[in-house]
Amino acid sequence: MLITCPYCGPRDVIEFTYQGDGNRERPDPASQNFEAWNAYVYDRLNPAGDHNEIWQHSGGCRTHLKVVRNTLTHEISSVAFMRGDHGRGDHGSAARRKAEDKS
Amino acid sequence: MSPRRTDTGGRVDRLKTIRFTFDGAPYTGHAGDTLASALLAKGVTLYGRSFKYHRPRGLLTAGVEEPNALVTVLKGKVREPNIPATMVEIHDGLVAISQNRFPSLAWDINAVNQLGGKILSAGFYYKTFMGPVFGPLKGTRFWMFCEHFIRRAAGLGSAGSAKDPARYERMNAFCDVLVVGSGPAGLMAAKAAADQGARVMLADLEPLFGGSANWSDETIDGAPAADWARRTVAQLAGRDNVRLLPRTTVWGYYDNNTLAALERVSDHKEQPGKGEPRHRYWAIRAKSVVLATGAFERPLVFPGNDRPGVMLAHAAERYANEFGVLPGERIALFTNNDSAYRAAVALKKAGAAVVAIADVRPELSPEMRKLAAEAEAEIFAGHAVVATEGGKALSGLKLQRFDMTNGTLIGDPRSIHADCLLMSGGWSPTIHLASQAGAKAEWNAARQAFLPPKPTQSWIGAGAFTGSFSTLEALAEGRAAGLAAAGGQSTQSMLPTVEAVPGDPDPAPVFEIRAKGKSFVDFQHDVTAEDVRLAHREGFVSVEHLKRYTTLGMATDQGKSSNVPGLAIMAEALGKPIPEVGTTRFRPPFAPVSIGSLAAERFGDLKPERLTPMHDWHLANGATMYSAGLWYRPMIYGLSGETVEQAYVREAKATRERAGIVDVSTLGKIAVQGPDAALFLDRVYTNMFSTLAVGKARYGLMLREDGLAFDDGTTWRLGEQDFLMTTTTANAGKVMQHLEYFLDVIWPELKVHVTSVTDEWAGAAIGGPKAREILATCVTGTSVDNATLPFMGIVRGEIAGVPVMICRLSFSGEMAFEVYSGAGYGTHVWEALVEAGKPFGLVTYGLEALGTMRIEKGHVTGAEIDGRTTARDLHLDWMLSKKKPFIGSAMMDREGLIASDRLELVGLIALDNRPLNGGAHIVEEVDEANPHGSIGHITACCYSPALGKHIALALVKGGKARQGTRAHVSDSLRNRFGPVEIVSNHFFDPDGSRMHG
Ligand SMILES: [Zn+2]
Repeated sequence: MLITCPYCGPRDVIEFTYQGDGNRERPDPASQNFEAWNAYVYDRLNPAGDHNEIWQHSGGCRTHLKVVRNTLTHEISSVAFMRGDHGRGDHGSAARRKAEDKS
Repeated sequence: MSPRRTDTGGRVDRLKTIRFTFDGAPYTGHAGDTLASALLAKGVTLYGRSFKYHRPRGLLTAGVEEPNALVTVLKGKVREPNIPATMVEIHDGLVAISQNRFPSLAWDINAVNQLGGKILSAGFYYKTFMGPVFGPLKGTRFWMFCEHFIRRAAGLGSAGSAKDPARYERMNAFCDVLVVGSGPAGLMAAKAAADQGARVMLADLEPLFGGSANWSDETIDGAPAADWARRTVAQLAGRDNVRLLPRTTVWGYYDNNTLAALERVSDHKEQPGKGEPRHRYWAIRAKSVVLATGAFERPLVFPGNDRPGVMLAHAAERYANEFGVLPGERIALFTNNDSAYRAAVALKKAGAAVVAIADVRPELSPEMRKLAAEAEAEIFAGHAVVATEGGKALSGLKLQRFDMTNGTLIGDPRSIHADCLLMSGGWSPTIHLASQAGAKAEWNAARQAFLPPKPTQSWIGAGAFTGSFSTLEALAEGRAAGLAAAGGQSTQSMLPTVEAVPGDPDPAPVFEIRAKGKSFVDFQHDVTAEDVRLAHREGFVSVEHLKRYTTLGMATDQGKSSNVPGLAIMAEALGKPIPEVGTTRFRPPFAPVSIGSLAAERFGDLKPERLTPMHDWHLANGATMYSAGLWYRPMIYGLSGETVEQAYVREAKATRERAGIVDVSTLGKIAVQGPDAALFLDRVYTNMFSTLAVGKARYGLMLREDGLAFDDGTTWRLGEQDFLMTTTTANAGKVMQHLEYFLDVIWPELKVHVTSVTDEWAGAAIGGPKAREILATCVTGTSVDNATLPFMGIVRGEIAGVPVMICRLSFSGEMAFEVYSGAGYGTHVWEALVEAGKPFGLVTYGLEALGTMRIEKGHVTGAEIDGRTTARDLHLDWMLSKKKPFIGSAMMDREGLIASDRLELVGLIALDNRPLNGGAHIVEEVDEANPHGSIGHITACCYSPALGKHIALALVKGGKARQGTRAHVSDSLRNRFGPVEIVSNHFFDPDGSRMHG
């Protein structure tokens, strides 16, 4: 499997660390909504098909990437920085990303 | 020259004699021989005993698909079992032994299994051993009783236990075109691609490139095919855009056209060359792949088809033409297709008598009749072999008239005297890699074979792999594939001319002759046609279930020769056509892969090591090193004659009485910098860091998101926006990743940068009543008195001219200081400290003394922060801030995490004054005969010089409430039982007066 890191180019999957399901939404830090925390910590989507995933280029530039991978074919249809297109912290919170995904 | 070795021809060098042993007996062979061909030349017929029935078995094939002739190769104390003799190249000093026989290959007491053959029929294990226990000798308990004997009797070679001293390598490679298989199709493909300027890799599992050209009697461009192959290989070898990989099995086809291959670099040599690995694992990324992997010939299924002397037709052709060895003197053939006639002619030419050709087809073409005449063989059209005779070698066989339209046998059998029977049941393209790469294989009724699926990755097939069995087609398809793979245009140049033996590629649809006796489908796992039918009668209709129930195709050969006949018999039983029964998907590896090659540089002399800046000093000063992950750390600095325990007790005692120094460079160090650094640390740690003054350090605890404890360490505030975080040695990487994750994914708005600086700093911790005095004599530029450097204070100064940062903190419980300098000056500063300490009796101490002092103090490490404990379990709840949320704060108060019967940290004192063991259970009442009722376990233990007792830290259910009570250790593994007192984990100086000074 190859992941095309926006910084480093196409690299072998052994350079990356899987950092989990990219669909999880972290509740507000002060939230006492236990259901929401439980969902965030333990629930994972397991789709047969395209899946939003977080991968870290741990053996390279170390950025976290938002990867859409087909779980049936390993085909990767998109790779982007979690922090936004230029690696700046200007792309908003998890909730905002979620809203963007839906729109 | 042995009687079976021909005078000329083949790849062997008759002038070079090679000596080896098989089952202890000395043999000779020639350079170029495999173990199989060398033994066959000496008239050896018996190579092994079968898996279940211990039937005598001979060579079935000449290649990688060999199911019978599996041997164990011994190299010194290292034994490698289950290697096909057909894949072992002989060399001087080779020691090979046969397998699955007791006491010897010729006399095997377990051969009686075959007399009671019914006992071990399909599903025997399930039926006999699974399920409830009725009486003493049934069901699961019966299995437990019999397992030992069955495992000994049924099986393959046994693995060795000696450490493998061989070296293994991993290689990453990139190419435009990878050609798998070097027969006429593969060679043409490689040449065509290379001519286009593509970077080409050509891999073949055999030592000699050429595939069928090495043993066919054909000519290519007017020369013997083998010569054409030599010439083409020489041309390829001379090009710098071509890499040739002989002895290289491409065994896996993965995503993105990544292929895995195993190169057997030095197995064929007496000694590997200098620096040469035994095996090399290739990870190959190919833009395009040409699959020219050929085809496997199929056995026919008939009674006695496993007797030594029964062999595949093309295998005999290979032995005769490629190795110059005749598998017999009076040879008979049994076939359902034309390809066997070519073998008959080849063996006749090589000097054998071909006595009969039995063909299931009633009508034979004039060409075949002509070939039979050329071989001087009598033809029995519309006949089948119904029995074979002989013991450890074939003596004869029985033929009977056969109606292939309904499978019936007619008339009386007649006997033929022969010492070798060649069979051909048609050919199955070697589609394994294509199947691994994606889609399902497709059944071709004319070829009676599964042909490769449509490519789902970037590969092109050529030659027999696609079902095109003639050499002319192989050359044409190979060239087209090579061109296309390299992105070239088709050319008008002439293809080589071929003179070939004629033949129809389509066999008659006959897989099995049903007659009395055992007819084997899977030779390696001893699965008969009757086993397959039995499975069907018992209700197994899916191929996958059939495989599991009968174990068909599940041996080390993965059913290379048995899958299709097995399916055909299943299809007949089900009354369905073969494609409806389906095929199984092939999975990697194509052939067995050495585990060593997969581990490669992760072990042995290629494994990376992390050494602290003071490493060489430790070695030069008597340290015994201890590997902790990739790090090497001093365990003790033993004096001569000292045991490990004596050494650490001396070191710990001296530290508490005077002073000690220890290398702490391995601690993880992370620079956390930026305007939001303090805010970030408040979120990451359970306690506050924004309130920490510049020039001060604080002990911090991190939780995971699920509320369990994660890591601890001190973090130093070097500036308003500049923190130096330390982590435990083991968790340094994990903590770094944790911080990066939160900054990148959860809080991208925070302006914080984290940098791993573990390797930039050398760290020395100096502690003990004299530590401050020692520092005072060697530190310049700052005072180290209590006012300037209070507990958890940080100062900057110099030692021996080198800038240092000193933080007063303590892990040992003594007044202690961590001295950090640039890594390059680590040894310089360390030596200056050691020198300054001499008048004060300073000792160097290692991990054992470090651990002893931390147990005495009751500090936690990874043994207690084990991923299951909470801050409360470890009595660190005082660190849980109530003023702010932090990672884990929302989840840490869940019911299960605050229950009163959780395992909590306690101290233990051995009341019998004997050593305790890590991992030992704690119980309320000892029951040595029937250990039970664990209430916890020991996480760390030592002899405490400060207390004069054997002590331990332990996690015990409701431990806090049990303090002051008695319990017992119960360790039946090491037979250690005895009373302990449960106490606080703070054994020594609980109010910290020593470190606060
Ligand atoms: Zn990268």
